[in-house]
Amino acid sequence: MEFEAVIGLEVHAQLLTQSKLFCGCSTRFGAKPNSQTCPVCLGLPGVLPVLNEQAVNLAIRAGLALHCEIQLRSIWARKNYFYPDLPKGYQISQFEKPLALRGHLDIVVNEKPYKIHITRIHMEEDAGKLLHEHGDEKSSHVDLNRAGTPLVEIVSEPDIRSALEAGEYLRSLRAILQYCEVCDGNMEEGSLRCDANVSIRPIGQKEFGTRTELKNINSFRYVEKAIEYEIKRQKACIEAGEKIVQETRLWDSARNVTEPMRSKEHAHDYRYFPDPDLVPLILADGQINEIKKNLPELPKAMAARFVKDYQLSDYDAGVLTSEKSLARFFESALSHHNQPKAIANWIQTELLRLLKESGKSIEVSPVSPLQVASLLRLVDGGTISGKIAKVVFEEMFQTGKDAEIIVKEKNLVQVSDSGSLEKTIDAVIATNPKQYEQYRSGKDKLFGFFVGQVMKETKGQANPNMVNDLLKKKLSS
Amino acid sequence: MVLKADDIEKAALLSRLALSDEEKKSIQEKLEQILGYMEKLEELDLKNVEATSHAVSLSNVFRPDHAYTSKEIEDILEQAPDKASGMFRVPKVIG
Ligand SMILES: [Zn+2]
Repeated sequence: MEFEAVIGLEVHAQLLTQSKLFCGCSTRFGAKPNSQTCPVCLGLPGVLPVLNEQAVNLAIRAGLALHCEIQLRSIWARKNYFYPDLPKGYQISQFEKPLALRGHLDIVVNEKPYKIHITRIHMEEDAGKLLHEHGDEKSSHVDLNRAGTPLVEIVSEPDIRSALEAGEYLRSLRAILQYCEVCDGNMEEGSLRCDANVSIRPIGQKEFGTRTELKNINSFRYVEKAIEYEIKRQKACIEAGEKIVQETRLWDSARNVTEPMRSKEHAHDYRYFPDPDLVPLILADGQINEIKKNLPELPKAMAARFVKDYQLSDYDAGVLTSEKSLARFFESALSHHNQPKAIANWIQTELLRLLKESGKSIEVSPVSPLQVASLLRLVDGGTISGKIAKVVFEEMFQTGKDAEIIVKEKNLVQVSDSGSLEKTIDAVIATNPKQYEQYRSGKDKLFGFFVGQVMKETKGQANPNMVNDLLKKKLSS
Repeated sequence: MVLKADDIEKAALLSRLALSDEEKKSIQEKLEQILGYMEKLEELDLKNVEATSHAVSLSNVFRPDHAYTSKEIEDILEQAPDKASGMFRVPKVIG
Protein backbone atom coordinates (compact mmCIF):
# COMPACT_ATOMS: atom_id res chain seq x y z
CA MET A 1 0.00 0.00 0.00
CA GLU A 2 1.19 3.54 -0.74
CA PHE A 3 1.17 5.91 2.22
CA GLU A 4 1.47 9.65 2.57
CA ALA A 5 2.68 11.49 5.63
CA VAL A 6 0.66 14.19 7.36
CA ILE A 7 2.81 16.56 9.37
CA GLY A 8 2.14 19.65 11.45
CA LEU A 9 4.84 21.62 13.22
CA GLU A 10 4.70 23.50 16.50
CA VAL A 11 7.53 25.97 16.67
CA HIS A 12 8.53 27.86 19.80
CA ALA A 13 10.50 31.02 19.11
CA GLN A 14 12.11 33.13 21.81
CA LEU A 15 11.32 36.81 21.35
CA LEU A 16 14.32 39.14 21.19
CA THR A 17 13.57 41.21 24.30
CA GLN A 18 15.93 42.46 26.99
CA SER A 19 13.72 41.29 29.82
CA LYS A 20 11.28 38.45 30.56
CA LEU A 21 7.60 38.37 29.66
CA PHE A 22 6.19 39.32 33.05
CA CYS A 23 9.15 40.56 35.11
CA GLY A 24 12.31 42.60 34.60
CA CYS A 25 14.82 39.74 34.76
CA SER A 26 17.31 39.60 31.89
CA THR A 27 16.85 37.01 29.11
CA ARG A 28 20.57 36.80 28.29
CA PHE A 29 21.75 33.27 27.44
CA GLY A 30 24.49 31.53 29.40
CA ALA A 31 24.37 33.42 32.71
CA LYS A 32 25.19 31.82 36.07
CA PRO A 33 22.31 29.54 37.16
CA ASN A 34 19.41 31.39 38.80
CA SER A 35 21.23 34.76 38.59
CA GLN A 36 18.42 36.04 36.35
CA THR A 37 15.47 35.26 38.59
CA CYS A 38 13.22 37.23 40.92
CA PRO A 39 10.16 36.58 43.08
CA VAL A 40 7.87 36.91 40.01
CA CYS A 41 9.51 34.31 37.78
CA LEU A 42 10.22 32.07 40.78
CA GLY A 43 6.50 32.02 41.45
CA LEU A 44 6.63 33.25 45.05
CA PRO A 45 3.27 34.01 46.67
CA GLY A 46 1.92 37.54 46.46
CA VAL A 47 3.69 38.69 43.30
CA LEU A 48 1.98 40.12 40.23
CA PRO A 49 3.09 39.60 36.63
CA VAL A 50 3.15 42.71 34.41
CA LEU A 51 3.23 42.30 30.62
CA ASN A 52 6.33 43.33 28.63
CA GLU A 53 5.10 45.72 25.92
CA GLN A 54 7.98 45.04 23.53
CA ALA A 55 7.22 41.30 23.62
CA VAL A 56 3.72 42.09 22.39
CA ASN A 57 5.08 44.25 19.56
CA LEU A 58 7.46 41.51 18.46
CA ALA A 59 4.71 38.88 18.53
CA ILE A 60 2.51 41.14 16.39
CA ARG A 61 5.41 41.56 13.97
CA ALA A 62 5.76 37.77 13.68
CA GLY A 63 2.02 37.46 13.08
CA LEU A 64 2.06 40.08 10.33
CA ALA A 65 5.14 38.60 8.65
CA LEU A 66 3.27 35.28 8.49
CA HIS A 67 0.10 36.89 7.05
CA CYS A 68 -1.97 36.22 10.17
CA GLU A 69 -5.05 38.08 11.32
CA ILE A 70 -3.97 39.89 14.48
CA GLN A 71 -6.71 39.64 17.09
CA LEU A 72 -7.81 42.94 18.60
CA ARG A 73 -8.57 41.24 21.90
CA SER A 74 -6.55 38.41 23.37
CA ILE A 75 -6.40 37.04 26.89
CA TRP A 76 -4.01 35.13 29.13
CA ALA A 77 -4.61 31.66 30.46
CA ARG A 78 -3.03 29.36 32.99
CA LYS A 79 -1.93 25.98 31.71
CA ASN A 80 -1.74 23.80 34.78
CA TYR A 81 0.73 20.98 35.27
CA PHE A 82 3.38 19.94 37.75
CA TYR A 83 7.01 19.70 36.80
CA PRO A 84 10.09 20.88 38.69
CA ASP A 85 11.04 23.36 35.95
CA LEU A 86 7.71 25.17 36.37
CA PRO A 87 7.80 26.96 39.73
CA LYS A 88 4.23 28.28 39.75
CA GLY A 89 2.60 24.95 38.89
CA TYR A 90 1.19 26.62 35.77
CA GLN A 91 2.52 28.24 32.64
CA ILE A 92 1.08 31.58 31.58
CA SER A 93 -0.01 31.12 27.99
CA GLN A 94 -2.83 32.01 25.63
CA PHE A 95 -5.51 29.47 24.90
CA GLU A 96 -9.01 30.49 23.88
CA LYS A 97 -8.11 33.88 22.50
CA PRO A 98 -4.60 33.88 21.05
CA LEU A 99 -2.88 36.91 19.56
CA ALA A 100 -2.97 35.82 15.92
CA LEU A 101 -4.97 33.40 13.74
CA ARG A 102 -5.03 32.05 10.18
CA GLY A 103 -1.73 32.82 8.49
CA HIS A 104 0.41 31.04 5.96
CA LEU A 105 3.93 30.53 4.77
CA ASP A 106 4.87 29.86 1.13
CA ILE A 107 7.70 27.45 0.54
CA VAL A 108 9.35 25.92 -2.52
CA VAL A 109 10.61 22.34 -2.54
CA ASN A 110 12.22 20.89 -5.69
CA GLU A 111 10.92 23.90 -7.62
CA LYS A 112 7.33 23.15 -6.58
CA PRO A 113 5.47 25.76 -4.50
CA TYR A 114 3.55 24.80 -1.37
CA LYS A 115 1.36 26.91 0.88
CA ILE A 116 1.58 25.86 4.53
CA HIS A 117 -1.23 27.32 6.59
CA ILE A 118 -0.67 28.58 10.09
CA THR A 119 -3.44 27.86 12.56
CA ARG A 120 -2.45 30.27 15.29
CA ILE A 121 0.32 32.17 17.02
CA HIS A 122 0.10 32.66 20.74
CA MET A 123 2.39 34.16 23.35
CA GLU A 124 3.58 32.30 26.41
CA GLU A 125 6.35 32.12 28.98
CA ASP A 126 9.14 29.55 28.89
CA ALA A 127 9.87 27.04 31.67
CA GLY A 128 13.19 26.59 33.48
CA LYS A 129 15.92 24.06 32.86
CA LEU A 130 16.68 20.78 34.63
CA LEU A 131 20.25 19.53 34.83
CA HIS A 132 20.77 15.82 35.27
CA GLU A 133 24.38 14.95 34.69
CA HIS A 134 26.43 16.16 37.59
CA GLY A 135 27.53 12.95 39.29
CA ASP A 136 24.44 13.05 41.47
CA GLU A 137 22.33 9.96 40.91
CA LYS A 138 19.44 10.83 43.17
CA SER A 139 18.64 14.40 42.22
CA SER A 140 18.15 16.92 39.46
CA HIS A 141 19.19 20.56 39.69
CA VAL A 142 16.90 23.39 38.68
CA ASP A 143 18.07 26.55 36.92
CA LEU A 144 15.21 29.00 36.48
CA ASN A 145 17.01 31.65 34.39
CA ARG A 146 14.90 30.67 31.39
CA ALA A 147 11.62 30.58 33.34
CA GLY A 148 9.42 33.46 32.18
CA THR A 149 11.33 34.13 28.95
CA PRO A 150 8.90 35.38 26.27
CA LEU A 151 8.02 32.94 23.48
CA VAL A 152 5.63 32.74 20.60
CA GLU A 153 4.29 29.33 19.66
CA ILE A 154 3.58 29.07 15.95
CA VAL A 155 1.27 26.18 15.11
CA SER A 156 0.96 25.01 11.52
CA GLU A 157 -1.97 23.18 9.97
CA PRO A 158 -1.22 19.54 9.11
CA ASP A 159 -0.41 20.67 5.55
CA ILE A 160 3.08 19.23 5.33
CA ARG A 161 3.54 15.96 3.44
CA SER A 162 7.25 15.10 3.69
CA ALA A 163 10.30 15.52 5.86
CA LEU A 164 11.81 17.70 3.15
CA GLU A 165 8.83 20.08 3.20
CA ALA A 166 9.02 20.19 7.00
CA GLY A 167 12.70 21.13 6.83
CA GLU A 168 12.03 23.81 4.25
CA TYR A 169 9.10 25.20 6.26
CA LEU A 170 11.29 25.46 9.34
CA ARG A 171 14.18 27.07 7.44
CA SER A 172 11.85 29.62 5.84
CA LEU A 173 10.13 30.32 9.14
CA ARG A 174 13.47 30.86 10.84
CA ALA A 175 14.63 33.21 8.10
CA ILE A 176 11.45 35.28 8.39
CA LEU A 177 11.72 35.51 12.19
CA GLN A 178 15.37 36.53 11.86
CA TYR A 179 14.61 39.11 9.18
CA CYS A 180 11.96 40.81 11.25
CA GLU A 181 14.22 40.64 14.31
CA VAL A 182 11.69 38.70 16.32
CA CYS A 183 13.97 35.74 17.16
CA ASP A 184 17.65 34.96 16.66
CA GLY A 185 16.73 31.47 15.42
CA ASN A 186 19.48 29.68 17.33
CA MET A 187 18.30 26.08 17.76
CA GLU A 188 21.42 24.98 19.64
CA GLU A 189 20.80 27.57 22.36
CA GLY A 190 17.12 26.72 22.38
CA SER A 191 15.79 30.05 21.12
CA LEU A 192 14.03 28.16 18.32
CA ARG A 193 12.48 24.79 19.10
CA CYS A 194 10.40 22.50 16.99
CA ASP A 195 7.95 19.71 17.83
CA ALA A 196 6.42 17.69 15.02
CA ASN A 197 3.07 15.91 14.86
CA VAL A 198 3.45 13.03 12.45
CA SER A 199 0.94 10.51 11.11
CA ILE A 200 0.56 8.52 7.90
CA ARG A 201 -2.46 7.41 5.87
CA PRO A 202 -3.04 5.43 2.69
CA ILE A 203 -2.95 7.76 -0.29
CA GLY A 204 -6.46 8.85 -1.16
CA GLN A 205 -7.81 8.41 2.37
CA LYS A 206 -9.33 11.56 3.87
CA GLU A 207 -9.17 10.73 7.57
CA PHE A 208 -5.95 11.28 9.43
CA GLY A 209 -4.09 8.36 10.96
CA THR A 210 -3.11 8.21 14.61
CA ARG A 211 -0.34 10.70 15.21
CA THR A 212 2.71 10.81 17.39
CA GLU A 213 4.33 13.95 18.71
CA LEU A 214 8.10 14.21 18.23
CA LYS A 215 10.08 16.23 20.73
CA ASN A 216 13.73 16.93 21.49
CA ILE A 217 14.60 17.86 17.89
CA ASN A 218 17.16 20.34 19.16
CA SER A 219 19.24 20.95 16.08
CA PHE A 220 18.42 22.07 12.58
CA ARG A 221 19.89 19.01 10.93
CA TYR A 222 17.75 16.62 12.99
CA VAL A 223 14.36 17.92 11.89
CA GLU A 224 14.26 16.05 8.59
CA LYS A 225 16.06 13.00 9.99
CA ALA A 226 13.65 12.60 12.91
CA ILE A 227 10.53 12.97 10.77
CA GLU A 228 11.88 10.65 8.12
CA TYR A 229 12.62 8.01 10.73
CA GLU A 230 9.17 8.36 12.27
CA ILE A 231 7.39 8.00 8.91
CA LYS A 232 9.36 4.82 8.19
CA ARG A 233 8.64 3.47 11.67
CA GLN A 234 4.90 4.06 11.33
CA LYS A 235 4.83 2.41 7.88
CA ALA A 236 6.64 -0.66 9.21
CA CYS A 237 4.22 -0.75 12.14
CA ILE A 238 1.12 -0.71 9.95
CA GLU A 239 2.54 -3.16 7.45
CA ALA A 240 3.21 -5.54 10.35
CA GLY A 241 -0.45 -5.27 11.28
CA GLU A 242 0.21 -3.22 14.42
CA LYS A 243 -1.61 -0.13 15.59
CA ILE A 244 0.07 3.25 15.96
CA VAL A 245 -0.08 4.41 19.58
CA GLN A 246 -0.81 8.08 20.15
CA GLU A 247 2.18 9.15 22.23
CA THR A 248 5.02 11.58 22.65
CA ARG A 249 8.31 10.31 21.28
CA LEU A 250 11.77 11.74 21.84
CA TRP A 251 14.38 11.99 19.10
CA ASP A 252 17.61 10.30 20.13
CA SER A 253 20.28 11.94 17.99
CA ALA A 254 23.01 9.55 19.12
CA ARG A 255 21.14 6.51 17.83
CA ASN A 256 19.05 8.18 15.09
CA VAL A 257 15.74 6.82 16.38
CA THR A 258 12.59 8.11 18.07
CA GLU A 259 11.56 6.49 21.30
CA PRO A 260 8.47 6.73 23.47
CA MET A 261 8.96 9.22 26.30
CA ARG A 262 9.28 7.32 29.55
CA SER A 263 7.01 9.25 31.80
CA LYS A 264 4.51 8.77 34.54
CA GLU A 265 2.59 11.76 33.22
CA HIS A 266 -1.12 11.15 33.10
CA ALA A 267 -3.04 12.02 30.02
CA HIS A 268 -2.63 15.75 29.48
CA ASP A 269 -5.28 17.61 31.37
CA TYR A 270 -4.12 21.19 31.59
CA ARG A 271 -7.35 22.71 32.93
CA TYR A 272 -6.80 26.03 31.20
CA PHE A 273 -8.56 29.01 32.73
CA PRO A 274 -8.17 32.80 32.36
CA ASP A 275 -5.33 34.11 34.52
CA PRO A 276 -6.88 36.41 37.14
CA ASP A 277 -3.54 38.24 37.53
CA LEU A 278 -3.52 39.52 33.96
CA VAL A 279 -5.95 41.83 32.20
CA PRO A 280 -6.92 41.42 28.53
CA LEU A 281 -4.67 42.72 25.78
CA ILE A 282 -6.61 45.11 23.56
CA LEU A 283 -4.98 46.32 20.35
CA ALA A 284 -5.95 49.18 18.07
CA ASP A 285 -5.92 48.94 14.27
CA GLY A 286 -3.66 51.98 14.13
CA GLN A 287 -1.05 50.31 16.28
CA ILE A 288 -1.09 47.15 14.15
CA ASN A 289 -0.82 49.19 10.93
CA GLU A 290 2.11 51.09 12.37
CA ILE A 291 3.97 47.83 13.02
CA LYS A 292 3.01 46.58 9.55
CA LYS A 293 4.37 49.75 7.95
CA ASN A 294 7.70 49.28 9.72
CA LEU A 295 8.13 45.58 8.94
CA PRO A 296 11.66 45.06 7.66
CA GLU A 297 12.21 43.63 4.16
CA LEU A 298 11.46 39.89 4.28
CA PRO A 299 13.62 37.21 2.62
CA LYS A 300 11.37 36.67 -0.42
CA ALA A 301 11.20 40.36 -1.22
CA MET A 302 14.93 40.72 -0.72
CA ALA A 303 15.69 37.77 -3.02
CA ALA A 304 13.46 39.31 -5.71
CA ARG A 305 15.33 42.60 -5.33
CA PHE A 306 18.70 40.83 -5.67
CA VAL A 307 17.53 39.23 -8.93
CA LYS A 308 16.19 42.50 -10.27
CA ASP A 309 18.85 44.96 -9.12
CA TYR A 310 21.95 42.79 -9.26
CA GLN A 311 20.99 40.35 -12.03
CA LEU A 312 21.68 37.35 -9.78
CA SER A 313 20.09 33.98 -10.55
CA ASP A 314 17.09 32.89 -8.46
CA TYR A 315 19.29 30.22 -6.95
CA ASP A 316 22.07 32.63 -5.92
CA ALA A 317 19.56 35.12 -4.53
CA GLY A 318 17.93 32.29 -2.57
CA VAL A 319 21.21 31.17 -1.02
CA LEU A 320 22.29 34.71 -0.14
CA THR A 321 18.97 35.56 1.51
CA SER A 322 18.62 32.25 3.36
CA GLU A 323 20.03 33.99 6.41
CA LYS A 324 19.77 37.66 7.19
CA SER A 325 23.38 37.90 8.31
CA LEU A 326 24.54 36.42 5.01
CA ALA A 327 22.44 38.88 2.99
CA ARG A 328 23.85 41.70 5.10
CA PHE A 329 27.39 40.48 4.48
CA PHE A 330 26.76 40.44 0.73
CA GLU A 331 25.28 43.92 0.60
CA SER A 332 27.99 45.31 2.82
CA ALA A 333 30.75 43.87 0.58
CA LEU A 334 28.88 45.26 -2.41
CA SER A 335 28.97 48.74 -0.94
CA HIS A 336 32.79 48.58 -1.13
CA HIS A 337 33.13 46.97 -4.54
CA ASN A 338 30.15 47.15 -6.87
CA GLN A 339 30.50 43.76 -8.61
CA PRO A 340 27.42 41.79 -7.48
CA LYS A 341 28.10 38.60 -9.45
CA ALA A 342 31.76 38.32 -8.47
CA ILE A 343 30.96 38.95 -4.81
CA ALA A 344 28.00 36.57 -4.83
CA ASN A 345 30.17 33.84 -6.35
CA TRP A 346 33.00 34.43 -3.95
CA ILE A 347 30.75 34.29 -0.89
CA GLN A 348 28.99 31.15 -2.05
CA THR A 349 32.02 29.17 -3.14
CA GLU A 350 34.99 30.31 -1.08
CA LEU A 351 33.57 31.94 2.05
CA LEU A 352 30.75 29.49 2.76
CA ARG A 353 33.10 26.56 2.13
CA LEU A 354 35.69 27.80 4.63
CA LEU A 355 33.01 28.68 7.17
CA LYS A 356 31.55 25.21 6.87
CA GLU A 357 34.95 23.52 7.16
CA SER A 358 35.76 25.47 10.31
CA GLY A 359 32.28 25.09 11.79
CA LYS A 360 31.86 28.87 12.04
CA SER A 361 28.77 30.92 11.30
CA ILE A 362 28.78 34.00 9.09
CA GLU A 363 28.29 36.20 12.16
CA VAL A 364 31.79 35.35 13.36
CA SER A 365 33.46 35.21 9.95
CA PRO A 366 37.18 35.99 10.37
CA VAL A 367 37.03 37.88 7.05
CA SER A 368 34.96 41.05 6.91
CA PRO A 369 32.81 42.20 3.96
CA LEU A 370 35.28 45.03 3.34
CA GLN A 371 38.16 42.52 3.18
CA VAL A 372 36.32 40.37 0.63
CA ALA A 373 35.63 43.48 -1.43
CA SER A 374 39.30 44.55 -1.28
CA LEU A 375 40.47 41.10 -2.39
CA LEU A 376 38.17 41.10 -5.40
CA ARG A 377 39.29 44.60 -6.25
CA LEU A 378 42.85 43.25 -6.51
CA VAL A 379 41.63 40.53 -8.88
CA ASP A 380 39.58 42.89 -11.03
CA GLY A 381 42.46 45.36 -11.15
CA GLY A 382 44.79 42.63 -12.43
CA THR A 383 47.11 42.78 -9.40
CA ILE A 384 46.58 39.08 -8.64
CA SER A 385 45.02 36.22 -10.59
CA GLY A 386 41.81 34.49 -9.53
CA LYS A 387 43.81 31.41 -8.70
CA ILE A 388 46.19 33.26 -6.42
CA ALA A 389 43.19 35.02 -4.87
CA LYS A 390 41.95 31.68 -3.54
CA VAL A 391 45.26 31.07 -1.82
CA VAL A 392 45.29 34.60 -0.42
CA PHE A 393 41.71 34.17 0.80
CA GLU A 394 42.53 31.01 2.73
CA GLU A 395 45.32 32.91 4.43
CA MET A 396 42.99 35.83 5.16
CA PHE A 397 40.55 33.38 6.71
CA GLN A 398 43.24 31.84 8.91
CA THR A 399 44.94 35.06 10.01
CA GLY A 400 42.37 37.82 9.56
CA LYS A 401 44.98 39.84 7.63
CA ASP A 402 44.07 42.12 4.71
CA ALA A 403 44.57 40.83 1.17
CA GLU A 404 46.97 43.68 0.28
CA ILE A 405 49.27 42.77 3.15
CA ILE A 406 49.37 39.06 2.31
CA VAL A 407 50.02 39.80 -1.37
CA LYS A 408 52.89 42.09 -0.42
CA GLU A 409 54.37 39.77 2.23
CA LYS A 410 54.33 36.74 -0.02
CA ASN A 411 55.20 38.65 -3.17
CA LEU A 412 52.18 37.33 -5.04
CA VAL A 413 51.67 40.25 -7.41
CA GLN A 414 50.68 39.01 -10.83
CA VAL A 415 53.33 39.25 -13.53
CA SER A 416 51.83 41.49 -16.21
CA ASP A 417 55.13 42.71 -17.54
CA SER A 418 55.23 41.47 -21.15
CA GLY A 419 59.02 41.70 -21.35
CA SER A 420 59.62 39.31 -18.50
CA LEU A 421 56.79 37.02 -19.65
CA GLU A 422 58.27 36.82 -23.14
CA LYS A 423 61.60 35.78 -21.66
CA THR A 424 59.94 33.00 -19.69
CA ILE A 425 58.03 31.82 -22.77
CA ASP A 426 61.19 31.75 -24.87
CA ALA A 427 62.90 29.67 -22.19
CA VAL A 428 59.96 27.25 -22.01
CA ILE A 429 59.97 26.78 -25.80
CA ALA A 430 63.73 26.28 -25.79
CA THR A 431 63.61 23.55 -23.16
CA ASN A 432 60.76 21.69 -24.90
CA PRO A 433 61.81 21.43 -28.57
CA LYS A 434 59.97 18.15 -29.16
CA GLN A 435 56.60 19.53 -28.04
CA TYR A 436 57.27 22.69 -30.02
CA GLU A 437 57.79 20.66 -33.22
CA GLN A 438 54.64 18.61 -32.58
CA TYR A 439 52.61 21.78 -31.98
CA ARG A 440 53.93 23.29 -35.18
CA SER A 441 52.95 20.18 -37.14
CA GLY A 442 49.33 20.59 -36.02
CA LYS A 443 48.99 19.13 -32.51
CA ASP A 444 46.96 22.09 -31.15
CA LYS A 445 46.23 20.34 -27.89
CA LEU A 446 49.79 20.99 -26.78
CA PHE A 447 48.93 24.65 -26.28
CA GLY A 448 47.67 23.77 -22.82
CA PHE A 449 50.98 22.11 -22.04
CA PHE A 450 52.85 25.32 -22.79
CA VAL A 451 50.46 27.40 -20.68
CA GLY A 452 51.03 24.99 -17.82
CA GLN A 453 54.81 25.22 -18.15
CA VAL A 454 54.77 29.02 -18.15
CA MET A 455 52.48 29.09 -15.09
CA LYS A 456 54.79 26.65 -13.35
CA GLU A 457 57.82 28.80 -14.09
CA THR A 458 56.06 31.90 -12.75
CA LYS A 459 54.62 30.06 -9.72
CA GLY A 460 51.11 30.80 -10.96
CA GLN A 461 51.67 34.53 -10.85
CA ALA A 462 51.61 35.21 -14.57
CA ASN A 463 48.61 37.09 -15.90
CA PRO A 464 46.77 34.25 -17.70
CA ASN A 465 45.32 36.40 -20.48
CA MET A 466 48.72 37.80 -21.33
CA VAL A 467 50.27 34.31 -21.27
CA ASN A 468 47.64 33.13 -23.75
CA ASP A 469 48.17 36.04 -26.12
CA LEU A 470 51.96 35.96 -26.01
CA LEU A 471 52.16 32.17 -26.35
CA LYS A 472 49.89 32.18 -29.39
CA LYS A 473 52.10 34.77 -31.00
CA LYS A 474 55.37 33.05 -30.17
CA LEU A 475 54.27 29.51 -31.07
CA SER A 476 52.94 30.49 -34.46
CA SER A 477 55.65 32.93 -35.47
CA MET B 1 -24.57 18.10 40.56
CA VAL B 2 -23.45 14.63 41.53
CA LEU B 3 -19.75 13.76 41.46
CA LYS B 4 -18.25 10.31 41.46
CA ALA B 5 -15.43 9.17 43.73
CA ASP B 6 -13.34 8.89 40.51
CA ASP B 7 -13.76 12.60 39.81
CA ILE B 8 -12.39 13.50 43.21
CA GLU B 9 -9.47 11.13 42.84
CA LYS B 10 -8.58 12.55 39.45
CA ALA B 11 -8.77 16.14 40.71
CA ALA B 12 -6.61 15.20 43.71
CA LEU B 13 -4.07 13.52 41.47
CA LEU B 14 -3.88 16.49 39.09
CA SER B 15 -3.38 18.78 42.09
CA ARG B 16 -0.83 16.41 43.63
CA LEU B 17 -2.88 16.18 46.84
CA ALA B 18 -2.86 13.05 48.98
CA LEU B 19 -6.31 12.89 50.53
CA SER B 20 -7.64 10.54 53.18
CA ASP B 21 -10.98 8.85 52.52
CA GLU B 22 -12.60 11.23 54.98
CA GLU B 23 -11.14 14.26 53.22
CA LYS B 24 -12.26 12.93 49.86
CA LYS B 25 -15.81 12.61 51.14
CA SER B 26 -15.88 16.10 52.59
CA ILE B 27 -14.37 17.64 49.48
CA GLN B 28 -16.83 15.79 47.28
CA GLU B 29 -19.73 17.37 49.20
CA LYS B 30 -18.23 20.85 49.00
CA LEU B 31 -17.46 20.58 45.28
CA GLU B 32 -20.99 19.36 44.60
CA GLN B 33 -22.34 22.46 46.34
CA ILE B 34 -20.10 24.78 44.32
CA LEU B 35 -20.97 23.10 41.03
CA GLY B 36 -24.63 23.13 42.00
CA TYR B 37 -24.42 26.90 42.26
CA MET B 38 -22.84 27.06 38.79
CA GLU B 39 -25.71 25.01 37.44
CA LYS B 40 -28.08 27.61 38.80
CA LEU B 41 -26.28 30.26 36.75
CA GLU B 42 -26.80 28.14 33.67
CA GLU B 43 -30.53 28.83 33.96
CA LEU B 44 -29.86 32.35 32.71
CA ASP B 45 -29.87 33.09 29.00
CA LEU B 46 -26.27 34.15 28.36
CA LYS B 47 -26.13 33.57 24.62
CA ASN B 48 -25.17 37.14 23.85
CA VAL B 49 -22.91 37.76 26.80
CA GLU B 50 -19.18 37.48 26.24
CA ALA B 51 -17.41 35.30 28.79
CA THR B 52 -15.74 37.35 31.50
CA SER B 53 -12.01 36.88 31.46
CA HIS B 54 -11.23 39.25 34.29
CA ALA B 55 -13.10 40.59 37.29
CA VAL B 56 -11.90 44.20 36.85
CA SER B 57 -12.62 46.05 33.66
CA LEU B 58 -9.04 47.02 32.93
CA SER B 59 -6.92 46.26 29.91
CA ASN B 60 -3.36 46.77 28.66
CA VAL B 61 -1.23 47.03 31.76
CA PHE B 62 2.34 47.08 30.45
CA ARG B 63 5.88 47.49 31.62
CA PRO B 64 8.72 48.75 29.42
CA ASP B 65 11.31 46.21 28.28
CA HIS B 66 14.07 47.10 30.73
CA ALA B 67 16.17 44.43 32.39
CA TYR B 68 17.21 44.72 36.02
CA THR B 69 18.94 42.38 38.45
CA SER B 70 16.95 41.17 41.40
CA LYS B 71 18.94 40.84 44.62
CA GLU B 72 16.63 38.30 46.23
CA ILE B 73 17.93 35.03 44.82
CA GLU B 74 20.43 34.34 47.64
CA ASP B 75 17.73 34.75 50.29
CA ILE B 76 15.29 32.66 48.30
CA LEU B 77 17.78 29.83 47.76
CA GLU B 78 18.50 29.99 51.50
CA GLN B 79 14.87 29.07 52.14
CA ALA B 80 14.67 26.29 49.53
CA PRO B 81 14.13 22.80 50.97
CA ASP B 82 17.29 21.64 49.21
CA LYS B 83 19.95 23.31 47.07
CA ALA B 84 23.32 22.66 45.43
CA SER B 85 25.76 24.89 43.55
CA GLY B 86 23.37 27.81 43.27
CA MET B 87 20.51 25.64 42.08
CA PHE B 88 17.38 24.17 43.60
CA ARG B 89 17.78 20.45 44.16
CA VAL B 90 14.81 18.16 43.54
CA PRO B 91 14.33 14.39 43.43
CA LYS B 92 15.72 12.95 40.20
CA VAL B 93 13.54 13.67 37.20
CA ILE B 94 14.05 11.39 34.23
CA GLY B 95 14.66 13.75 31.33
ZN1 LIG C 1 12.03 37.51 37.23
